[in-house]
Parts: sequence; structure tokens; C-alpha cells
Amino acid sequence: MLTIRQYVRAESLEQAYELNQKKANLILGGMHWMKMTTRSVDTAIDLSGLGLDTIVETDHTFEIGCMVTLRQLEQHPALNAWCSHAVADAVKDIVGVQFRNTATVGGSIFGRYGFSDVLTVFLALNARVVCHHAGEIPLEQYAQMPADRDILVKLVVDKRPMQVSYQAMRHARTDFPILTCAVSCVDGVWQASVGARPHKAALVRDQEGLLCGGVDETSAARFGDYVAGQLNFGSNMRGSAAYRSQICGVLVQRAVLAACEVK
Amino acid sequence: MELKFELNGKKIATVVEADSLLLDVLRSLGCASVKRGCESSNCGLCTVFVDDKPVLSCSVLAARVAGRKVTTLEGLQEEAADFGAFIADQGAEQCGFCNPGLMMNAIAMFRENPHPSEEEILSYLSGNLCRCSGYEGQLRGIQSYLAFKDAQKKGEV
Amino acid sequence: MRHVNQPVRKKDAMALVTGKPVYTGDLRDPNALVVKVLHSPHANAMIENIDTSIAMKVPGIEAIFTYKDVPQKRFTMAGQTYPEPSPYDRLLLDRHVRFHGDAVAVVAGESEKAVDKALKLIKVAYQVLPAVLDFRTAKDNPVLVHPEDNWVANCPVGADNHRNLCAHDEMSHGDIEAVLADCDLVLERTYHTKANSQAMMETFRTYTYMDTYGRLNVLSSTQIVFHARRIIAHALDIPKSKVRVTKPRIGGGFGAKQSCVTEVFPALVTWKTGKPAYLVYSRQESQTSGSPRHEMEITVRIGAMKDGRIRGFDMYTLSNTGAYGEHGPTTVGLSGHKSIPLYNRNQEAYRFTYDVVYTNMQAAGAYRGYGATQGLFAVESIVNELAAELKMDPVQLRLMNLIAEGQVPPAYYYEPCNACALDRCLKETAQRMGWDEKYPCRDMGNGKVRSVGVALAMQGSSISNVDIGGATIKLNDDGFYALTIGAADMGTGCDTILAQMAAEVMECDVDNVVVYGADTDASPYDSGSYASSTTYLTGRAVEEACEKLRESIQKIGAALMKCDVKDTDFDGKTVRCVSDPQRSVSLVDVATASMVNNQFETQFTATTSSPVSPPPYMAGMVEVEIDKATGAIQVLNYEATVDCGTVINPNLARVQTEGGIAQGIGMALYEDITYTDKGAIREDSFMQYKIPTRQDVGRIHVEFESSYEPTGPFGAKSIGEIVINTPSPAIAHAVYNATGVWHRELPITPEKILLGEKYYETSSV
Repeated sequence: MLTIRQYVRAESLEQAYELNQKKANLILGGMHWMKMTTRSVDTAIDLSGLGLDTIVETDHTFEIGCMVTLRQLEQHPALNAWCSHAVADAVKDIVGVQFRNTATVGGSIFGRYGFSDVLTVFLALNARVVCHHAGEIPLEQYAQMPADRDILVKLVVDKRPMQVSYQAMRHARTDFPILTCAVSCVDGVWQASVGARPHKAALVRDQEGLLCGGVDETSAARFGDYVAGQLNFGSNMRGSAAYRSQICGVLVQRAVLAACEVK
Repeated sequence: MELKFELNGKKIATVVEADSLLLDVLRSLGCASVKRGCESSNCGLCTVFVDDKPVLSCSVLAARVAGRKVTTLEGLQEEAADFGAFIADQGAEQCGFCNPGLMMNAIAMFRENPHPSEEEILSYLSGNLCRCSGYEGQLRGIQSYLAFKDAQKKGEV
Repeated sequence: MRHVNQPVRKKDAMALVTGKPVYTGDLRDPNALVVKVLHSPHANAMIENIDTSIAMKVPGIEAIFTYKDVPQKRFTMAGQTYPEPSPYDRLLLDRHVRFHGDAVAVVAGESEKAVDKALKLIKVAYQVLPAVLDFRTAKDNPVLVHPEDNWVANCPVGADNHRNLCAHDEMSHGDIEAVLADCDLVLERTYHTKANSQAMMETFRTYTYMDTYGRLNVLSSTQIVFHARRIIAHALDIPKSKVRVTKPRIGGGFGAKQSCVTEVFPALVTWKTGKPAYLVYSRQESQTSGSPRHEMEITVRIGAMKDGRIRGFDMYTLSNTGAYGEHGPTTVGLSGHKSIPLYNRNQEAYRFTYDVVYTNMQAAGAYRGYGATQGLFAVESIVNELAAELKMDPVQLRLMNLIAEGQVPPAYYYEPCNACALDRCLKETAQRMGWDEKYPCRDMGNGKVRSVGVALAMQGSSISNVDIGGATIKLNDDGFYALTIGAADMGTGCDTILAQMAAEVMECDVDNVVVYGADTDASPYDSGSYASSTTYLTGRAVEEACEKLRESIQKIGAALMKCDVKDTDFDGKTVRCVSDPQRSVSLVDVATASMVNNQFETQFTATTSSPVSPPPYMAGMVEVEIDKATGAIQVLNYEATVDCGTVINPNLARVQTEGGIAQGIGMALYEDITYTDKGAIREDSFMQYKIPTRQDVGRIHVEFESSYEPTGPFGAKSIGEIVINTPSPAIAHAVYNATGVWHRELPITPEKILLGEKYYETSSV
């Protein structure tokens, strides 16, 4: 069980950062996963009071504060209009509305969870994270870094025109995904982000130009096979490596085709 | 630590531990409608409103609601009876243990989307598990309540 | 009928929908000691040493109990009529722990934090023993789950603890080998179902306190107050007169609460300390130390002729009772006796053999369907497989072989079939589903296939010659009635339907009948709410008690009017003199008179038992959509038609059915139980044990086709259990119709669907 000695609502990022340098302290996200862990926390640091719970649209970017909830992501009209609803599609089956009302983007990304729909979709959106100390880091790089004691302040995505689509395989509708997949195409370059393998999401780019000659069922299937071939898959309670590997190509193909559909 | 917040329209000052969960604090304050059905944020039994948004009180540190507005079914008795009668008319309340969470989230849905489609109902309430009813009777109750409300607005009832 | 067969609102409905404090956890003393159980981290181990001294030093800890502190007489936690068929194989706390999750110690303290801390500080040295973790290897395994000398089987159920056998039996009718040898076609298949959890929303919980008279009061979320009283007295080795058990509203049971999973622990604390105590099991504990369905592996041989006549069944059931034998010897019987009789028409012989084995796995218990669910998955599946082999429509094959009124099925204890509308149920369901158009499947042209599947089911109504229904009806001031019962409303609505029956007999409004129960001090004896007995058996008791009260009301009226009682009638409001209708006396006046210098009884109790257990019948059909490229499966529609005799309350019967079907869909598609090689359950939370959400069950549509059961109240049979039985075989059938692969193990996941036969070749299931 989780025990916490002290709760602090941080008054500044700097204060939160200083507090977070102690190993026994931690930053609170939505608490859904954390409350199930067994650990003794000295100081729980709440970033709720720092205005990090907004999605700010600038001329060129969306800046998504770390305390933005999954429900906010799902319901943000401009963000979802830009990404053809891929973000909403990614989060809509995560447990339920009440869960998504408190689960945070920061918690999801910082945790670098294997099952994360959120990580999967933002990788495909070429997001960057902004850390209080380390500054801006591409999400693709951040996802591979071990958890450190820096604070993930926000996520930034560029509003460049993009074809994008999200697909996931779930059995029970709101369960963890068996496989997640987001594909995107910026300036003619296709990439696929595949997570829940059950390893955390990773990006595969169309380096062989399989989709350069145009997207159709065949080329999308070939890209799907290529992506599946580039990734490693493992087994857990929700599926075997063999099954994941078999459906990976299918999801990628479907995502590519869906991304090309005019919405 | 001292905790001040608004509970069902009343100012509350109480003492909690840093790791007290909102669910337990609310129950200790007499809000017995708030139930615990799991430890993994899956069941929706503990749904309450924080600043009018439905959340799982099993996963909210009580300390986090300082200065905020919390609503439980105890604070929504009229709406609960109004809507609940339609669930009761289907016999869909069954054991009743999941009812408060369902009532809370359904009321949140009605406020957010007064005319939800069937698919929107199923989706919005998917975080509210029920083991008795098979959900069909709940759906019938919700739909007849919405139809009644519409008729009421049009002055037909 | 004015009240029976009416969709009356449940008496407690508004309290429940408005969240009133009516459950165990709402009613307990908030200052009661917090009780928790330390669970074994090993599947099989002897406690070599247990040191609680450091844990006792945690501030706020009141008591810690270990095996050294409890009586050494074995008992069973199964809520069954004494002498229980389940072996006496438990101690409240035992030195020998037999599954991962078994109770090691009981800790009581002032706060949850203190108790949690103390739990961590109890030092236990275990001698870890080899464990039996595959039920196929349990019988005659050198590792004995119950090697102890004081293990007792009270009934001749074929148990032998030196062979890991909890029960064994063989029964037959006719010469099955000869019949099978003479059949055109004999199929043999093996089916496997898992140890599903009831997963009722309210986990196990019990509150205990001492009352004014020095008696142990137990307020518990239980279906069986009277059995619980006996079990608690046995566990503590105290007189039954010292124990009172009551139940408030129950947050679901489905059979889980037909075993005393939590009652004994706080009872021990209160009995020893004199202080109020409260134990609530977490969801994890409910999943790992609960009372789930018996895992079963069932091998069936079916013999048939080319024209479709089914002539014989040979069934062997291997049932896994886990570490303790609760409901082990009885659930297994239903796997054969409530499946084979469905195809009685041309049946010349059957044989049914079973072994129930002990393993070092979670002890099983009672779960809605109680063995019939497992047996029907096997029998309904093999009948579907037979239809495929014979290239016959499975609906037509069934109609040719169905049980019908007037038959005396040997496999159902030679009980005559008095009431059966199964053929109508099947035809109606087929029509609503559009079976002829949809069977077997349709390619939707988008990579998806839609297919249909069918299954039938039966159950019983109470345990014949064993169960007891009891009801007391009392006349009160103003002429309202108080109905006291020992059956347990666990959300099913029995308080209401029994009041409907009382109102029907008393010719009054349902609101004029108040219902109280269940309370071992106040209620008439009733074996409890299980075995689909309450409507059928307790309902009859209500009917009989009310008839007696009517007579008495007429007697009082006659005395007031000074006329012969034979010359009176009673219309619910007024007692009238038949020969002189001007003379009458109101019920209110009768009630008032009954409280002044009265010679006549105004309270009657009726007790009922039944020599038969009339089966309800049911047909279920499912339509699913399967994604050929991923194996994803979605239930689209479920059509079901139930023959539960007269429907007492159409709303409640419908919701029971819809809920049972949803649970059955969970069993078929989502709910798995698997073990680590150390014997720990992986699906120990709702995160891993996936009960269906409202997006997972499709649209369920239920209708009724009633027969009239002459032995039931107003023609009624049961409904509570049968409704869970059809989804598993129907869905397995639909998957076959879409993919050509039979899935004989549950749950059927997308991976199994996509990989098909390959899945079973590569994994050791």
C-alpha cells in the first residue's frame, strides 16, 4: 500500500523541482497507478496550482500542460481537428470518463508505460516534451530515457499539416490494449508508432519508401509487414508475441488507409 | 493536516492524513453513498463530482480537494430520486451497490449532453460496472427518463 | 391476478437509487476494530514458526490470532443443510496452509494503518511443500492436500482425503456402451471451463458485536443467515444459541455469499475481545480468497443416428474444488443432471461419472448455475458439434430431441416433467433472431463476418427433499401485514415478489405488506437464498401462511359479527356474512379486535419442502461479429426466451435474465483465471479480471414463454440461475460458424479466434 507522510501543493515549478530531488518524494499525476503501488512516500508534490492544466494553442503549436487530463485531450476541438481526431481516438477507450477526468498527460508520458495509448499517439505526432531542468527533448528520445527526477512540464506539438490515424486492439472494450498503433505522414514521410507490444511504443519510419509510390491496400499492407518486421514483440496476459506480431501489420495497414481518408 | 472544502454546498473543515483518500474522508463525513468496489479505478462505484466533474474518489487524495467543491449523491437527492425512479421502474437497480456511482455519472452526462445517443450513453457510462443488471434495464431507464424530460420541456407532461 | 405477474417496483428501489446507508459497511459501528487477514504467500506450506510479538507492539493493535488460538474441530464454510455434503476440512486458522491466499493470522486494531503495519511485522517461517497445481494430476497424487487425521466427510459422497478426492460417483440408466455401439455416429470431446469469480460489486464483509445478552451478533453480507449461524458456532466451538446472524441489503451474491468467506474472522475477534469488529475483503482478497466457480474439465460422448436422434450420453466430469471442499460434492452433480436430461426424447441410456479433486488452488464455492453452467457448455457444445457433423440445422436437431411435458427423464432423477415450454422457447428465439436468414454466417464484405450460435439450458427450483422455505405473516393495526422471511434478497427482489404473492392471497396492495428478513432470531427457518429456491419454495410458504391468516381473519370477523365462520367471506378489505351481506366488519376493525381480548391467532408460519425440483428452461441465441484479420469479436445481439413458469414480476425476471446473460458473456469471452507456477492467481483485480462493461455485451433481448408448474406458487418455477448458462456454448457455436474452429476452452479470446487450431497446438492448455 502507498503511504504519504506529507502533501505539498507546489507554489512554483522551482519549488517542486527542489522537493523532487529527494528520492523519497514524488510528483503526483492522476494517482490511478500510483495508489496501487507499495511504497512509502515522504512528500507528495502536487502541481495542481501551477496552471499546467491547459492546452494552449499558438500560431504554430499546441502546448499541452502536464496536468491536462485525458478527458481534456479527448474534448479539445482544435487539437482534434488538427490531428483528425487521433488523440481523441487514442484516449476514448481508457477505462471511463471519471478515470480520464483525473488521469494526466504528464503522468502517462512520464511513466513511459508500455500500454500507453497516449505515448503511442504523441510519438506519431512528433511531440516534444519540455522538462523544467533539461528543457525541450523530442518525445522519441524522452521515451527511451530512464525516469529521472526532472519535472515534465508540458508537451509541445507542431501544428504542421499531417495525415494521422490511431488504431488499437482491445478485447474488453475499456481494457488495456493488446496492441496500440498510430501512423502519421508529414511532408510525405510515413511513420508508425506501435506500443503495448507489450513494450512501450516505438517509432518505425518508412525508410524503404514503401508508401512513396502512393497509398493503397497493397502498399499499406507492405508497410504494415515492414513495421511488424522492425519491432520486437513480447507476451503477457493479454496476448502472445506471435499474436501481436500477426496483428501489428493489420493495424498499421488500417491506420495508413484511415489516415488517407479525407475526414 | 487540516482540510477545508465545500461538500454538498456546505463548508467543511476537517483533519485528514496526507495519504487519506477522498473516498474514505467522504464516508467518514457521513456520505455513505460513496462505495468502494475495487482498488484499480475500474468499477466507478466511488464516483463523486469535484468542481462538477465526475471523478473516482478512490484515486483522489483528500488533500487535493482543498478549496474545491465536492458533490456526492447525498447532495443530489432530488435529482437522484427524479432520475432513479426511472431505473426503479425497470427493476434495474437490482442489488443497488453500483447505483450511487451510476447515478452520479449519469447526472454528469445529462448535464454535459442532454441528448446523448445510445452509443454516447454506453460510452460515457462504460466506467460504471454493474454485475447484476446486464446494463439493458439501466439503458431503458435512462432513455425513458430522457424522453420524459424532453416531453416535460415541451410541456407535454 | 392483481399482483402476481405485475411489474411491481422493488420495495427497496428508491432507497438504493438514492444511495441510502443500507449495507453492512454503512451500518457498522465506525469505531469497530478493523480486522484483516494475513494470507499465505505459498500454495502449500506448514507454518514452522509464527511470531506476532513485534506486530503486537504496533500502537492500536488489539489482538492477533494464529492457529494456536482457535478450536481444533474441523468444519466447512459451505452454506448447506446439515449434515453438509461438503467435507469438514477447515479450521478457522490452520498450521497447514493449502493455497496462495489461505488464512495465516487474523489481526485486529483501531485503524487500518495500524493493522496494515502489524500484518507486515508478523514473522512467519514456512516449510514450503510441493503443491498440486494441475487438477488433472490431483487424484492419487503423492502430495496430499488434506493429509490430516481429523478430516471428515459427513455424507457418503465418495470422498477420500488420502486420494485427494472430495467426491466421486457413477450413475447410469440403460446400457450406454451397447447404445453407443449401435449408433451411426459417436462423438467424443473434452471441454474446459475456468474458476470464474462472481465479482459482485460489494465484496465480502462482516460486522460483529456483542449484544445486551452476551450473544455474538453477526451482521453480514450473506445469502444464508441460518447456515452462517451454524458455521460460526462450529468454527468457534460455541453453542449456536450464542450466535445471531442478520443480513442488511446485500450488494450482490450470485452464490459467493453462500459460503462463510469472511464471517468467522471478525466473529473470532469479537468473541475473544468482546469488542465490535469489522472485516471487509478487498477486491484482491475477494478474487484470491473467495469462493469462485469450480473449474471443470468435462469429457462427453454423444451417440446419434444419421437422422438426428440422440440416443445416449456418456459424461465424465473432473471438478477442481481447490484447497477446500465447499460445494465440491454437490456442484459436480449438476454438470450431468442439469444438462443430459435436455435431450431426453430419444435417449435410451446415459452414464455420468465424476471425480472432484483437491488441489492447492483457491477453494471453490457456489456460483450461479452451480455446475450446470459447466455441464451445459459441454453438452450444448457437443450437440452443436453433432449438428455440424450431421450437416443438420442445430435448431432442427434440438427440436427432434427435446424433453417435453409428460416425459420422465432418467437423468433427472426420474422426476416427471410437468411443465415445459422449451420447444416454444426455441422456436420463438429463432424467429426473433432471424435464425433461418442468419445461420450460419454472413460475410459483411469489410473483413468482418457475422455469425449466430444457439444453446439451451435448464436448472432446478430448490434442492428436492432438502431445502426448506419459511414465511411468517402477521396481522397488524390498521390491517397491514408483516411478512418475515429467512430468505435473502441480494438484489434479486425476493422481498418484493414474496410481498406480491402475499398481496395476491390477502387481496391487498403490495404496499400493505411490509417485509422483514433475514434474522436468525426473528425469521422462520429457511435454508436460504440459493439453489434457485426462493420464488419456488419460500413463495409457497408465503402462499400457505397467508391462506391460514385469511381463515383466522374470517374467524375474528365471524366472532365480531356473531355468525358462523363458514358463512363468511373476505375480499381483502371486509369480512362479510354471506347469508346476510348487510352484516360486515372491516379488516381494520378485525385488526383492532385482534389486539383486545382475542382468542384467535394472527400470526402464521408456513414451512415448505419439495419432493421435486422443477426445471426452468431457456433458449439463447447470439449474433457476433468477428474481424477476420485480428480475431476481434463483438457480441451484437442476444435473444433469449425463458420458461420459468408463471412470471411473478416481469421486470425483475427480465433484469435477472439480462444480468445472467451478461455474466455468461463475461465467462465466454473475458473472464479468465490463470495461476503463476507458484500458485498465485494472476487475475486478482478488476484490472486483470475483466467483467464486461456495457460496451461489451451487445443488445440483450428477453422474452418469456410460460408453462404452468403445478407444484409452484401460482405456477412459478425458478429464474435466478438458469440465465447464466446459454452464452458460453452459444458464443462458441457462433465462433465456429464464423471460423470453422471449435473452442472447447473458455474464455474465447481474439488471439484464440485468430490463431485457431494453431493456438491449441502451441500452448499447453
